[in-house]
Amino acid sequence: MTELVAEGLVHVYREGGVRALDGVSLRIGAGERVALIGQNGSGKTTLVRHLNGLLRPTEGRVLVDGTDAATLTVARLARTVGLVFQDPDRQIFSPSVRAEVEFGARNIGLAGQELRSAVAEALAATGLTGAASVNPYDLGGSRRKLLALASVLAMRTPVLVLDEPTTGQDARGVEYVRAVIEAVTAAGRTVVAVSHDMRFVAESFDRVVVMRDGRVILDGTPAETFAPDSWEALRSTFVEPPLPALVGSRLGLGSTPTDAALIGRLHSSSSA
Amino acid sequence: MLALDAVTYRYAGARRAALREVSLELRDGEVLGIVGASEAGKTTLALVASGLAPRAIGGTLRGRLLLDGDDVAALPMHEVAAQVGIGFQNPATQLSGVTESVFEEVAFGPMNLGVPRDDVIARTWDALTALRVETLAERDPARLSGGQQQLVAIAGLLALRPRHLVLDEPTAQLDPAGTRLVAEALARLAADGASICVVEQKTDLLAGLANRIAVIDAGRIAFEGPAAEVLADPRIADLGITPPAPVRLARAAAAAALPAEPAARLADAIQGVIA
Repeated sequence: MTELVAEGLVHVYREGGVRALDGVSLRIGAGERVALIGQNGSGKTTLVRHLNGLLRPTEGRVLVDGTDAATLTVARLARTVGLVFQDPDRQIFSPSVRAEVEFGARNIGLAGQELRSAVAEALAATGLTGAASVNPYDLGGSRRKLLALASVLAMRTPVLVLDEPTTGQDARGVEYVRAVIEAVTAAGRTVVAVSHDMRFVAESFDRVVVMRDGRVILDGTPAETFAPDSWEALRSTFVEPPLPALVGSRLGLGSTPTDAALIGRLHSSSSA
Repeated sequence: MLALDAVTYRYAGARRAALREVSLELRDGEVLGIVGASEAGKTTLALVASGLAPRAIGGTLRGRLLLDGDDVAALPMHEVAAQVGIGFQNPATQLSGVTESVFEEVAFGPMNLGVPRDDVIARTWDALTALRVETLAERDPARLSGGQQQLVAIAGLLALRPRHLVLDEPTAQLDPAGTRLVAEALARLAADGASICVVEQKTDLLAGLANRIAVIDAGRIAFEGPAAEVLADPRIADLGITPPAPVRLARAAAAAALPAEPAARLADAIQGVIA
């Protein structure tokens, strides 16, 4: 499995323009579930696009298992880091759901039984098995997004990068995304996700990296990141802590980033 | 007032109707939220309510769309467009693609409606400042981030000062700060008498914005009512809708059989945080 390291990443889109990344250093271990949060324009999407080589750093470097990503071929990176875009229509172009899911996996060299089982698994994990022969454009927005996820999932990359995976998803779609993250990381693969959905972040990730103006301003567990002494920093990048964190603090129960954590504390405080 | 009267709509070439016997009233000064699972018919409802379906995109419609009591089918399209604004989910669809600056982009709509020049300029600055994107006025709309494009697209709608506005997930790409600005701008527009229909997955946003909510399921209106009542209705979770955070938390506490005393403290604290 794969370790990713960013060292002093700086990215400038146009010469003389703003530093979209302004010195980001991060180490992401195999099997970690990392959420990237922060206001629009804070550098989250720019950062994840460096992880699969879609963007090259202006300064600094990305190491994939110790090797500078700049020295790796695009094909090698594509086999290592799978990126699911926020807007599924940027990556869907096949005539059927099955063909779409096969495309990327076939491209990186999966074939025969391995290809068939990777595709079947990805379709099942996203609830699309019954829609395998449907034209992707006959799916609603929620399932088109799940299809984009399935296509990258089928590539069985050690690292999965998701840009806003719960946006535009209904309740069922969000459950599929959660289950995929669980299953993938349980198998030792890594998930990095950009999100504005703080409930999803608090419940589905082990680590939360907070960005502002191209820099990392907080990096810790959900309990650390959403603890009351972090709120000022969170709000400086327009992040509002999830409701249970606000309620737990009001009740003097410490840091309770999820409904379950808050209710657990209430239970133990009442039996104490 | 914008009203759908027993509307059944079928896309061109589709075997089944996407909307069935939908009747809804959108009153002046009111924000109506539309919630439902993916593929329940929310976007179709937005297309029909704005008059785009069937006139611009084809398909067949039974029933009537009424604008202040007049059947929209009898009105010329430019008149419908002048009265009903529509905002799509994906701002790239919304932007004209022919303007070179954000200012021109936002001014494009009112200019096309023949609004006097000085008024166009005033409306454009009003809309840009309402969404705090005035600093982007000289930028190329095509080179903005997704969230910025969404704010510009909504500013373009605000500058039209529509009497009726239909929005399909207007904050899908926005961070919480952008989402709040859009909610505030819409609330002001409604306070000035506009009627606004918002199709939305984010029930937390609707809890603070909508007066009424209609739940759509498989092309039909399952039920509708005052926003707080609908969002607290246990049926919405079964219809694929995520309830707002306070409702979920209260329900999780009930499911965990929290004793009466901490449950009461919890309820008080939730109220305190929301207020």
